[in-house]
Order: sequence, then C-alpha cells, then structure tokens
Amino acid sequence: MVSEKAAPLAATERSSSDTPPAPPPDGVSLTIDGMAVTAPKGELVIEAAERAGVYIPRFCYHPRMAPVGMCRMCLVEVSSPRGPSLQPACYVQVSDGQEIATRSPAARKAQEGVLEFLLLNHPLDCPVCDKGGECPLQDQAMSHGPGETRFVEEKRHWAKPISLGPLVLLDRERCIQCARCTRFAEEVAGEPLIDFLSRGDRIEVAAFPELPFTSYFAGNTIQICPVGALTSPPYRFRSRPWDLEQVETTCTYCSVGCRVAMQSSAGKLVRLLGIDSEPVNQSWLCDRGRYGFEAVNAAGRLVEPLVRRDGELQPAAWHEALGFAAAGIRRAMSSGGGRSVGILGGARLANEDAYAWSKLARAVIGTDNVDAQLGDGLPAELVLGLPRATIEDAVTAKAVVCLAGDLHEELPVLHLRLRGAALQGVPVVEVSPVPTALSSLSYLVPYRPGYLLGAVRALLGEATSELPGTTAADVDAGRRGLADALDSSPEGEGVVVVLGRVSLAESAEQIAAAATLLSERWPAARFLPALRRANVLGALDLGLAPGVLPGRVLLEDGRAWFEDRWATELPAGGGLDAGGMLRAAACGELGALVLLGADPLADFPDRDLARSALETVPFILSIDVLANPSAQLADVVLPAAAHSERGGTTTNIEGRVTRLAQKVVPPGTARADWVIASELAERLGGDLGFDHLEGIWEEIEQLSPVHRGCTLGALVLRGGYDGVVVPVGAAPVRLGSPPSGWRADGVRPIDPMATPGIASADEQGAPLFAGASVPAGSDLSEALGPLDARSVRAGGAGTGEVPPGGNGSLGPAPAGEPPRPPLMGLSSGRFSAPETPRPDGYGVRLVTRRTLFDHGTLVQECTSLAGLAPNQLLRVHPKLVEQLGVRDGERVRARSPRGELVVPVLGDATVPSGVAVLALGAVPVDEPGAALLLDSAAQVVDLRVETLG
Amino acid sequence: MMAPRGRGLSPENLEKAEAIIACYPEKRSGLVPLCHLAQSQDGYLTAEAMDDIARLCGVSAAEVRGTASFYDMLHLEPVGRYVVAVCTNIACMLGGAYTVLAHAEDRLGVRVGQTTNDGLFTLEEAECLAGCDRAVCVQVNHRFFGPVDEAGFDHLVEELVSGALDDTVPPHGVLSRVERSIGLEATAGEAAGRASAGGYGR
Repeated sequence: MVSEKAAPLAATERSSSDTPPAPPPDGVSLTIDGMAVTAPKGELVIEAAERAGVYIPRFCYHPRMAPVGMCRMCLVEVSSPRGPSLQPACYVQVSDGQEIATRSPAARKAQEGVLEFLLLNHPLDCPVCDKGGECPLQDQAMSHGPGETRFVEEKRHWAKPISLGPLVLLDRERCIQCARCTRFAEEVAGEPLIDFLSRGDRIEVAAFPELPFTSYFAGNTIQICPVGALTSPPYRFRSRPWDLEQVETTCTYCSVGCRVAMQSSAGKLVRLLGIDSEPVNQSWLCDRGRYGFEAVNAAGRLVEPLVRRDGELQPAAWHEALGFAAAGIRRAMSSGGGRSVGILGGARLANEDAYAWSKLARAVIGTDNVDAQLGDGLPAELVLGLPRATIEDAVTAKAVVCLAGDLHEELPVLHLRLRGAALQGVPVVEVSPVPTALSSLSYLVPYRPGYLLGAVRALLGEATSELPGTTAADVDAGRRGLADALDSSPEGEGVVVVLGRVSLAESAEQIAAAATLLSERWPAARFLPALRRANVLGALDLGLAPGVLPGRVLLEDGRAWFEDRWATELPAGGGLDAGGMLRAAACGELGALVLLGADPLADFPDRDLARSALETVPFILSIDVLANPSAQLADVVLPAAAHSERGGTTTNIEGRVTRLAQKVVPPGTARADWVIASELAERLGGDLGFDHLEGIWEEIEQLSPVHRGCTLGALVLRGGYDGVVVPVGAAPVRLGSPPSGWRADGVRPIDPMATPGIASADEQGAPLFAGASVPAGSDLSEALGPLDARSVRAGGAGTGEVPPGGNGSLGPAPAGEPPRPPLMGLSSGRFSAPETPRPDGYGVRLVTRRTLFDHGTLVQECTSLAGLAPNQLLRVHPKLVEQLGVRDGERVRARSPRGELVVPVLGDATVPSGVAVLALGAVPVDEPGAALLLDSAAQVVDLRVETLG
Repeated sequence: MMAPRGRGLSPENLEKAEAIIACYPEKRSGLVPLCHLAQSQDGYLTAEAMDDIARLCGVSAAEVRGTASFYDMLHLEPVGRYVVAVCTNIACMLGGAYTVLAHAEDRLGVRVGQTTNDGLFTLEEAECLAGCDRAVCVQVNHRFFGPVDEAGFDHLVEELVSGALDDTVPPHGVLSRVERSIGLEATAGEAAGRASAGGYGR
C-alpha cells in the first residue's frame, strides 16, 4: 500500500509510548493528535511528531536543510490563544502546552486542498516517469490527497526534458516548486547555480544560460527531488523501482567512505543513492561517487587473465596466468631475494585484500617493498602515528587547520562537512599556496611553495625569517582564527588538523615537517588525514607501507608478534616506498614489480621515472579492475573483482571500518584480490591460510593491535551501519541499543522524504553475507531471518555504547593473550624539512593538484563523467600573462628542471604572483601533462614560463 | 566559471551601481534597482549585465536572472525601441481593448510578445495599468496614452515613428525613479516624459 510506504514510522512507533522519553531539562510538553509528547525547545513540530510516530505529509521539508514552509503540504492545526489555526509543521517550533492536530477535519481539508493544487499542473505521467513507484508525490497523493481533482482546464506544457547541467535533466511540468534543489545548491553545496525563473504557473527551475549547473554535488538534487522533475542521464528510463535490488554499502571512489544504497537491475548496477550516515556523509554524495559505478559496467573491464606471448598480451587460463606470475616473481627472488620484488599500490583493495597482500609480501615473498601510495601521499609513519580525529571531531572543533589540497576536488563530501562547520562558526584556517573552494569561508594563510614550515611557524607565533608570499596580515588573520581555541587550550585541545598532500609539486617532507611541528606544539590536537585514494588508510592500517606491519605497528615493534603468529621470518626493514621502488626498477635493481591496482604512468607524479621503471623492470604483474596504461606494459595481467562484486570491509580517513556489500557478479572470470593473493602464495610455496573472506577479518581482528575488538559481529549488528572507528573506543560506537529517536527495533528512522528512493529504513540493512541481496521493498527480516539469529550467525556480541578513550575495549580478550605490539606514535622530530631553494625573481613556483574529474582510467570509463574532465591550463597571476605579451588561452612553454610542456595559459587573479597552478591528470596519459614537469625527489618545482618561438 | 564578457554595465553605470548599492545595508538589496539601471542602458537585461549585477550584489547570476524574471517590467530578451502594452483588464476590455489589440497586431505585423523586424516595436498585453479613467489605456515605454481606439493607435504609431513624441517617450528602459532615489537629476527628456499624454481616441 502506497500510504503505508509514505508513513513507515507511523505504525510501529505508537507502541513505544509505554516507555515515554525522559523530558529534557529545557524541554517542552505538548500533545500531538492527543498524545503527550516532550520535545527539546526549538524543535520543529514536524520533527517532534515524527519522533512520536506521527507522520505529517511534506515535500519541501528536508531534515538536513533549513525549513522554508514553501509547499504548504504539512499544514496542521495548532492551538493558540485565539483558537486553532492552520500552520506549517515544518516551520513552527514546539512550545509548551501546544496542541497539534494533524488529521483533524480542518487539517485534512487543508492538506487535501494543497495536494489538489500541487497536482493542477502536474502531468500525472507516472507510467513513464523514473520516479513512479518511489515518488513522494504519488505516495502522498494516495495517503493525503483528495482522490479527485476539480481542474478540467488545459495543463501547462513544456519542452522536455531540458538539461540544467551535464548530469541533471529537468522535466518542468512535474516540478512542484518545493525549492529543495535550489536550496541544496545554495545552502549545502554553496554553489547557487540554479534558481527559480519567472512566476505563477510559468515558474521553472533554471540555470543561468552560460553557467550550467556543473556543481560536483548536482546529483544530490536528483536524489532529494520529491517528484520526477529532476532525473539523471545515466538512470533515466533504465529501471523501475520495483525492479531494483539494493544493498547498503560504502562508496569507494575516495577515502571519505560515504554510505550508499547500491542498486542494480537485471544484474547491472544502475544507481547509487546517498544514505544519511550521521557521522560521515549525512546523505550527500559527490557526482564522482554517485556515477562512478559506470566504470564497473564499462567495456574496459578486464574479464580474463592476460599473458604476454610473443610481445603481445593474450588471453590465458587462470592456472596458466598464475603460473606465469609466480614464475616471474620466483625468478626475481632467486636472483636478488625477496627484496628484489616490489609491490606498488593497494589503495584500491578492500581491507581483507590489503591484509592478504601484506601477509603475502612479508611472510611468503619476504619483501618490505610495499607501498599503497604512489608518491602522491604522505609518509605512512606520519599518517599512522598522529592522533586521529573523526569528521565529527572536525566539524565540532574549536578550530580546524587545513594543511591539504583542495578538498572540494579531492574529498568533496569532507569539503561539504567542513563548509557546513565553517558556516556554523567553526573557524577554519587554511595554509595553502592558492585559495581553495573553502577559502571564502576560511582564514587563508597563503605561502610560496617550499615555505610551508615557515608559514606554520608564523601561524604558531614563532619568529621566522622572511616568508615570500605570506604577509603579516595573512598570518594575523590565521592567528585570529585560532585565537579562541588556543586561548582555552594552548595545548591545542579541540583543534583538528586536516592533513593531506598540499601540492604534488612540493615534497611530502615539507608537509610532514609542518605536521610534526604542529603535533609538538599542540600535543592535544588531533589529525584527520586527507589522503584521497579509496581505501588508502585501510591499506596503511594493514601494513601496505614500507616498515609497517598490519595494525599500525612498526616492523621492528611487531616483528616478534607476527613472526610467531605467521610462523615465518619477516624480512629486514628499510623497504622502498613507491618512489624508491620506481627508482630502483629504473636502475635495474628490481626483478619484479607487482602493480596492485596501481597505474604509475597516470598517477605517479613523475612521468619519466614511471615510464623508465616500467620499461626496465624484467617482470611486471598487474592486477586491476580496468585495463589501464601501465597494465599495457605488464607481462601478466590478472582481472580483479570490483567492490560491488564481492564483500569485505573498507576503512575511511577517520579509521572507520565499514562493510562493503556485493551487489552484482564479476564479469568474466575476475576474482577478488585476496583470492589472487592466496593462489599466488600457494604457487610460491607458501600458504596464507585463508579460505573465506570472513576468516581473513577474524585473523585481522585477532592479530592486528588497532583492529582488536572490531569483530565482524560489531560490523554487522543492526545499528552498526555507520561502521566502527578503530582503534575501538577511539570514537563512540553505537551498537545494539538504539540512540534516542531510533525505532524500538533498532532501525534508524530515515525519512523516506529526505532520501526519496529509499522507501524505508528496513531496506538499509545490507545483507550480512556476500552475495545475498534483497529486492527493494521486500521484507529484509524475511529474507535473512530474525535479527538475533543474524547477529549470532555473524558471531557478534557487543551491545551498548562504548565510551571514547579506551583502546580495544570492545569484546573480550582471549584469556591469556599475550600483549599485542604497541601502536605507533609520532616520535617527535622525526620529520624535518630540508633546506628549500629560494625562489628567483624570474620563475614561478608550481602548485600541482588533482581535480575530481580527470583523464584517469576510472573517470574516463564512466560515460557520464568522461567529458567533464577539465582541459589542461596553466593558471598564473594575470600580470604574468601581461608580461609575456600573450592573451588568455594562448599557448606558452613551461620549463622545469625536469622537462618542458607547451600549455595554454590563463590569467587568474586568485593565483598569487610567483605561483603557477597546473592540474595533474588534465590530459590523457599519452599526452604531455603536468607529470612531465614534476620531480619526485625535488623539494619544489620552479618553472620558467616563456612564449613559443 | 565566468560568463563571456561583452556588453556588461558601462564604466559610468558601474559607478552608478556602486552608488546605488551604497544606499542599502545589504548589498543584495540593490539587485532590483541595478536591474533597472542595466535595462536603462540596453533596453533589456543582457547576460553580461546580469553577471555584473551578480558580482556587485554578491549573489549568483542565476539568482539575478530568477529575480528579474519575476517582474514583467524587466525584460530578459531584446525588445524594440518602443514597448507598447495594451491593457485588457476589465475597464479597457469593456472599452474594446481586444479590438484595439487585434488591430495593433495587424498594424504592427507581429503577435503579442513579438518585436517588429525593424526593431522599433514590441507589443505586449498588460493587466490593469491603473488608467481605467481613460480606457482603452496603452502604455509606451511606461508612458500612458488613452483613451486609444483603432485610429488613435495608428496615429500613435505614426507619431512614434516620425519622432514627434521623442520628447515625451524616452527609449525603453529609462526610469528616472532609480536615479532620483539616490539624488541624481533626471534629464530634461525624462522630466517631460513624466507628463502623461492623451488625445489618441474618442
């Protein structure tokens, strides 16, 4: 029944009235439909009613946006000294003694009248509308509408659809002017590129003619549109809601770890919807995450193993390809030992895969040359050693310091959360060579690349030598932003530092030294890593970095423990990082290179080095989901399953472990990466001891210090949707006992109107075991059995809230368990910055960052996103363009000590003079781009910009 | 991203715009007066001018366009030198407004909402112009004429074409109110235009 779907909370909540919630100290008491309700002061009537289990119809109200009272659907009767009056429940706040009637004859007449009006011009084309079947207008027309219309005139007609932007189509007849999309664009995304045009029955949502709705967050407007007015080209006419199957899983297109509902139809992924995960994405997604699933369906997928024969990659059987792969690795091992094998990449992997590969490298191959980062990140010891903050910590911090790239491009949803925090008054201080998308709301301390440490010193109020690019006023502004936080705690309590790679043209040492300094001066501050690759933090946690073992343990600290548990000898430390491996490979010192989802040709910020390494090394094994340029040079290519094709877990920037759910089957014979690791181990004469995915997680939980207590049970229990931040106890974990406002059976009350398309919260429980999935709309408990049985099957136990502060306090420690090796900390003074060459008066310093959409394989395999990659441009201060005597868009030659590049130039007044900005990945890999100018070993990159000829 | 630059506000008008914005505690409050200013420059709101206004008021171009589109007297498309609006509300309708309007379409050779090929006239149908005492009321560039009948309409058009009314009817978009509000003097032509004209019918 449609009406039940529209009001999923109504039926069950009433029974919970036998346990009335304790009235909050500043609460008010009121009655809603005769029920006594207490609510905190300031709460909206619609919210209080919802908690009490009374569903009030609505369209414009969205719990994550400010109310506007626009659609009038939520009119209820509110008592007042002058008698009852009709008022919008989404706009009126609760007050003491208030009496609300939501279904009185007057309220009902008002609601039916509003719906009749909303439908006057609505085309009722539900049979051909994407939204039909999951449409709040449809549902509420049934549950709260009059059933008949008195309108017999001609309805308005519009050309349909028109595109608001590259990823948003608009059918104007269907629009009911709730302003959810325009409010999202302005309020949440801060990119008000759409607005209402005209008025009366001619009103429409429109973008400015030359400024299409290109926001990275545009897809959210489609998700929150309560009618079928906004649709997305990739999903339009692809499926009907009743044909969809869905699982709850985590988006792995960056490391924020947004929770999503992944939906498929006829065995193909068709849509991703954001789920309202309070600590992470709060229902929002970026368009790269939302449409990135297209790469899973792409023609470029690797579907069978390839082996190089007669100089050509040719299809082969798995046993054959694995044999070749093992032989290549064994050859390298026999000539130079395990250390002549390098394993590059791993950020693509799920946690279980990362652990399997970490174990394969250390326990079977005997090499410490592993690195999940591609020279574009930060030292693992720094990231893992610093006290970690959660996103929640950051958005409620006394001050946030950003030492990172442009989060809008790299971790868009983190940008949204920080933007929201800045609007709420959290001071954000950015130390960045060029302004970012957040800079209009932040205290920006600009600096010339190479002087980050100096800028941070100045921010700390320490005397520094002269700082090019930073004025005293800049520093003062930054210090003003920090003043309140540091006044209350000079130790930095409540300060969160967002730490990423500020620019790829600046060495990681610079950033590491600045972070080290901050952690020394502010011992109570916490750090949120802003490394962008999918599961890079999980890979580092599980030891895919030189000198690091699974569990945030230094190799020497954990040697005894892991040698005992793995029953083998571990290799000597001092392994090579990505740059080291490529340099060694280029010098002929490596016998074999494993590309574990890595594409160094496209991604390593030094194209020449990457190319000569791949051309020199005798054997390359590439394991990937998509055929990428580096894989073309491999000797053996093994096809891996994408995250949506297998189960597992992933770890986000906070250290939050969440579950990945399988929705579709891998194409061809592609396999999960841990299976490939196990098979390879066997052929190399070892045994990883894994035969199922859950077994790997159990071993991780038993051996890794940081994952102790993070059992599978903890991850799959109802209420555990938001995952568990490791080490367990570092952040509050809600398990079992539902927080206030949750339904008695532990299902989180997702407002289906906040996230249309996810009709009820019941469907959000991901199936517990890989492969299981349930059709949208069906009863999950029926499909998977009762809750108790599920948690028992999953081996889970813990309930109750675990307070922050403890380490691994969840779950009983096995009796007599020897102490696990200690988590690494940051030994102070470990990272120091080498001398930076001074800028000369002629050149400009390069700033290289990534853009959300680029020419990398992943984006280019998504048909909807491929065209959105920006063109390559060298952005400099307009004065330099003038000095060169060229016009904007004209090509110039940029020369670095490493190489040169002919590139169009653009004057941009936001770029400080003395700095040039060039994005990495702005051209296809075989065309000259920023990576030609970069030198992975240099501290900074100085450019000469010249006219051609 | 930036809209293509071209005919934005002229340097003088940019100066005036700053002065107008300075009249308000919030920059965005100057949005509608600035739309009038832009319209007085080009006869309608060019995309470039809206982009300028967005920048000056600290809002997005979409919001400027959205706001301007709310008002019938702000034009988003090029209009003729004379915007001729025939009132068809009750008093004028009873006075024969639809006959006048049909005749106007014939005389000008365009339908309501269109502009003549020579770029002289744009014909509009208006709701009450508050000129019921002289129904049928016709508005030309916001100057009132009436009562107007079919012959009177022809006469009005001839006078406009010949330039006989140049002193009375300024080019479309000129509004003195905006400028007066910030203490700027109206030009002689505009001052004359304030006196409304009659004598185009019975």
